[in-house]
Amino acid sequence: MTATTPARAPLADAVASLRVTGKQVQADGVLTLELAAPSGNRLRDWTPGSHIDLILPNGLTRQYSLCGNRWDATTYRVGVLLEPGSRGGSAYVHEQLQVGDLVGVGGPRNNFPLVPSEQYLFVAGGIGITPILPMVHQAELLGADWRLLYGGRRRSSMAFLDELAAYGDRVLVRPEDEYGLLDLPGFLGAPRDGVRVYSCGPAPLLAAMERTCAYWPPHSLRVERFVADDAGAPARIAPFEVELARTGTTVTVTPDVTVLEALNRVGIEVLSSCRRGVCGTCETTVLAGRPDHRDALLDDDERQADDCMYVCVSRSRDERLVLDL
Amino acid sequence: MTTTVPPGTAASATGVPHSDVDPFAHDVLEDPLPMHAALREAGPVVHLDRYDVFALARYDDVHAALVDWQGFQSSAGVGLSNFRYEEPWRPPSLLLEADPPRHDAPRRVLQKVLGPRALRRLREGWAADAELLVDEVLSRATAFDAVAELSTAFPLRVFPDAVGIPKGGRERLLPYGNHAFNAFGPDNDLVAKGTPRVAELSGWVNAQCQRDVLSPAGFGADIWAASDRGDITPEQAPLVVRSLLTAGVDTTVHAISAILYAFATHPDQWQRLREDPSLARVAFDEAVRWESPVQTFFRTATTDVRVHDVLIPEGSKILMFLAAANRDPRRWADPDRYDLSRDPSGHVGFGMGIHQCVGQHVARLEAESILTALARRVATIELDGPPVRHHNNTLRAWESLPVRLTLG
Ligand SMILES: Cc1cc2nc3c(=O)[nH]c(=O)nc-3n(C[C@H](O)[C@H](O)[C@H](O)COP(=O)(O)OP(=O)(O)OC[C@H]3O[C@@H](n4cnc5c(N)ncnc54)[C@H](O)[C@@H]3O)c2cc1C
Ligand code: HEM
Ligand code: FES
Repeated sequence: MTATTPARAPLADAVASLRVTGKQVQADGVLTLELAAPSGNRLRDWTPGSHIDLILPNGLTRQYSLCGNRWDATTYRVGVLLEPGSRGGSAYVHEQLQVGDLVGVGGPRNNFPLVPSEQYLFVAGGIGITPILPMVHQAELLGADWRLLYGGRRRSSMAFLDELAAYGDRVLVRPEDEYGLLDLPGFLGAPRDGVRVYSCGPAPLLAAMERTCAYWPPHSLRVERFVADDAGAPARIAPFEVELARTGTTVTVTPDVTVLEALNRVGIEVLSSCRRGVCGTCETTVLAGRPDHRDALLDDDERQADDCMYVCVSRSRDERLVLDL
Repeated sequence: MTTTVPPGTAASATGVPHSDVDPFAHDVLEDPLPMHAALREAGPVVHLDRYDVFALARYDDVHAALVDWQGFQSSAGVGLSNFRYEEPWRPPSLLLEADPPRHDAPRRVLQKVLGPRALRRLREGWAADAELLVDEVLSRATAFDAVAELSTAFPLRVFPDAVGIPKGGRERLLPYGNHAFNAFGPDNDLVAKGTPRVAELSGWVNAQCQRDVLSPAGFGADIWAASDRGDITPEQAPLVVRSLLTAGVDTTVHAISAILYAFATHPDQWQRLREDPSLARVAFDEAVRWESPVQTFFRTATTDVRVHDVLIPEGSKILMFLAAANRDPRRWADPDRYDLSRDPSGHVGFGMGIHQCVGQHVARLEAESILTALARRVATIELDGPPVRHHNNTLRAWESLPVRLTLG
C-alpha cells in the first residue's frame, strides 16, 4: 500500500461563488445568465420551482428562479428581467455583469415545489415564466396531463417561446397586445378535484388567480410572488467576528473561508457532512447577530427567526455573530 | 444462485480488474475488512465476476457515484436485483428506490418531518428516557449483553413511539428490517431464512402505516398531514411511513452496538468522552465511519458511465462499498483507529447526495441521548466475552456484545 496524505474533504467550492459562463438576450428586457463553479464541479441539486440568491458584486442580494435543466449538474440558468426603476439588482445584471465575473450564490431553496398530481394547469405572466419552465418539462416527463397559459405585454417581450414551442398546443401563448387580458376562467374551467394549479407573475395576475380559484378545493392553487423580503441588511463582503459563547473565544471570518473552516482552524470541531448546506448536520444555534443564510434548508419563516445557521455555508449580515459553541 | 444478466454487460468487463470474491459469503460477512482492502487496492473499479457487477471501494469514487444521481440511478433498485428485469419483493420505496422527479416530493416531506428543527421537541424526552433505561439496566447488573439491554432496548423504546405506531407487535420491526436489508443482497441462505415470514411481517408493517392506526402526534401523523396539504398524495403517505419502519430501526440498533463496541475496545476514548460529553455527536459519527452499520448499496448505470478508465455499460449494477470508503487510507489518516480527535465529517456511512440518510438526525439524537446517559454513570466499559456478529447482506450487525461496566 502506498502512503498517501489523506486530504480533508474538499470544501464546497461550488457554494460560495459561481462564475458567469453565459449571458444571452432572450427577449426584450430579459436575459439569461449561466452560472458554473470555477472548478467545474457539481452544483447543489435543485427541484423545479427553486430559486437562488444572487449576491452581486455591488453587495445587493436578489432572488432568481432556476430555469435550466436539473439533469445538467454543473450549470445553473436564471432569467432576469430589467426592472424599470431598479435600485441596482436587475440593472446591475443587465448592464454591468460580464461573462467571467464571480457572483455569490445562496440556496437553491424551493417555496414553490411541484407536488405530485396527474393534472396540472400552469399560468405564467411575463418573467413569471422562469420557475414554470422546468415545471412543464417535469410534468411532461411524468406523463401528466398539463397545459400552460402564458401571458405578456408583447410577443417580443416574452422569453423562452422557442423552447416552449416543442410542447405544441399544450402551451397557449397570449400576448396582451394581440389577445387582451388573460382569460383565466376560460382556461381553468370549473372548480374540480385532482388538478394542481401553479401560477407566477405580476401581483395583479396572482390576485386574479386567487379570485378565480376561490371556489376550488383547498390547496389546489400554488403561487410564487417575485417580491423579495427586503428586511435583511445586505450580505457582508467584509470580514466579521464570530463569538463562541461557551468556549469564550472570538474568531474572525475573512471572505475567503467559511465559518466552519474558521472554527476548525481554532480547534472548534463542529460536525458536518455535506458541506453544502443541504443535509442539516452542522446546524448551530445563533444567540445574537443576523446570519446571512445561504443554505437550502430553512424556509422563509425559519430564516426570519435567525435562531440557527448552517455554518458550512452561511455567513453574517452583522459585524458580529454569537454562536452557542 | 442466479441473476438475470442484462444482455451485453459481461463481455465488456475485459481489461478491468476482476475478482471472484463473494461479498455476501459468511466468512466475508464475519470480517469484511480484508476484502475491502483488497478491492481498494485492486483498482478504482473492480468487476465482481460472480454477480457481474462493478464494485467501487475507494472514497472518492464511492462519493462521486453517490452524488451523481443522473448517472447512477436508484429506481432500478439499490440492491443486486435489477428492477428493470426482476420483480421487487415488495412495492419499491418512494425514497430509497426512486429517482428525481418522483423522489422529490416524498423526500421534501420527510426531510422536514425528520429535520433537526422538528427533532428539538423530542430532545428532552429522549434524554430522560435514556436516563431511565440506563438506571434500570445498571440497577439489575453491571455485566450484560449490550445488544439486548441497550442497543436494542433504547431505539425500540423511543422510535416507534415517535413514529406513533401502536404498542402491540413491535417485536416484528427488527425481523422485518433484517429481511429488507438482506433482500438488497443476492438470493442466498440469509434471504431464504427470512422468506417464510415475509407475508406476515409485511402485512403487519403495512397495517401500521395507515392513518387510523397511527397516533395523532408523531412522524406518521406528520406524513399524513403533508398529504392533506397535497404535498404528497394520500396513496403515497403509507409508503413514506413504511420507509421509517424499514430503515429506522435495525440501522440505529446496530449503530449503537457499534459505538459501544468501539468504546469497549478503546477505553482511552471512553475517558475522553467522560471528560467532555459534548464529544458525543462526534463519537457517534466516528463510529458510523469506523463500523459502517450500512455497508453497501447498489446503483444502476443510466448510460455508459466512465469511472476513471473503465466504461461501465448502461444497465450495469454498481456496488458501492460505503464501509471500504470510510476506511480508505487515501482519505483518512490511520483509518482503522477509532479516534475522537478525528473529524469524521464527510464519511459516507449515511450516504451522500439526494438520497443521503433522511433519518440521520434521528439516529444522532438517539445515540447522543444514550451516550450522554451512560457517560454520566459509567466509569469504564470492557468486553466480558467474545462479541458475536449477526450476518446480514447489507448491515454490519451484532448478535451479542457481552460487556462489563464499572460505575463512577
Ligand atoms: C422567490 C423569487 C424569485 C424570483 N425570480 C425572479 C426571476 O426568475 N427573474 C426575475 O427577473 N426576477 C425574479 N425575482 C425578482 C428579483 O429578485 C428582483 O426583485 C428583481 O430583479 C428586481 O430587483 P431590482 O434590484 O432590479 O429592482 P428593485 O430596486 O428592487 O426595484 C423593484 C421595483 O420596486 C420599485 N422600487 C424601487 N425602489 C423602491 C422604493 N424605495 N419603494 C418602493 N418601490 C421601489 C422599482 O421601481 C421597481 O419597480 C424573484 C423574486 C423572488 C422573491
Ligand atoms: C445509524 C443509523 C443509520 C444509518 C447508518 C443509515 C444509513 C443510510 C444510508 C447509507 C442511506 C443512503 C441510501 C442510498 O444512498 O441509497 C440511508 C437512506 C435512508 N435512511 Fe438511513 N440510516 C440510519 C438511520 C436511519 C433512521 C433512524 C431512519 C428513519 C428515521 C432512516 C431512514 C432512511 C430513509 C427513509 C432513507 C432513504 C432516503 C432517500 O433515498 O432519499 N435511516 N440511510
Ligand atoms: S454540513 Fe450539511 S448543512 Fe452544513
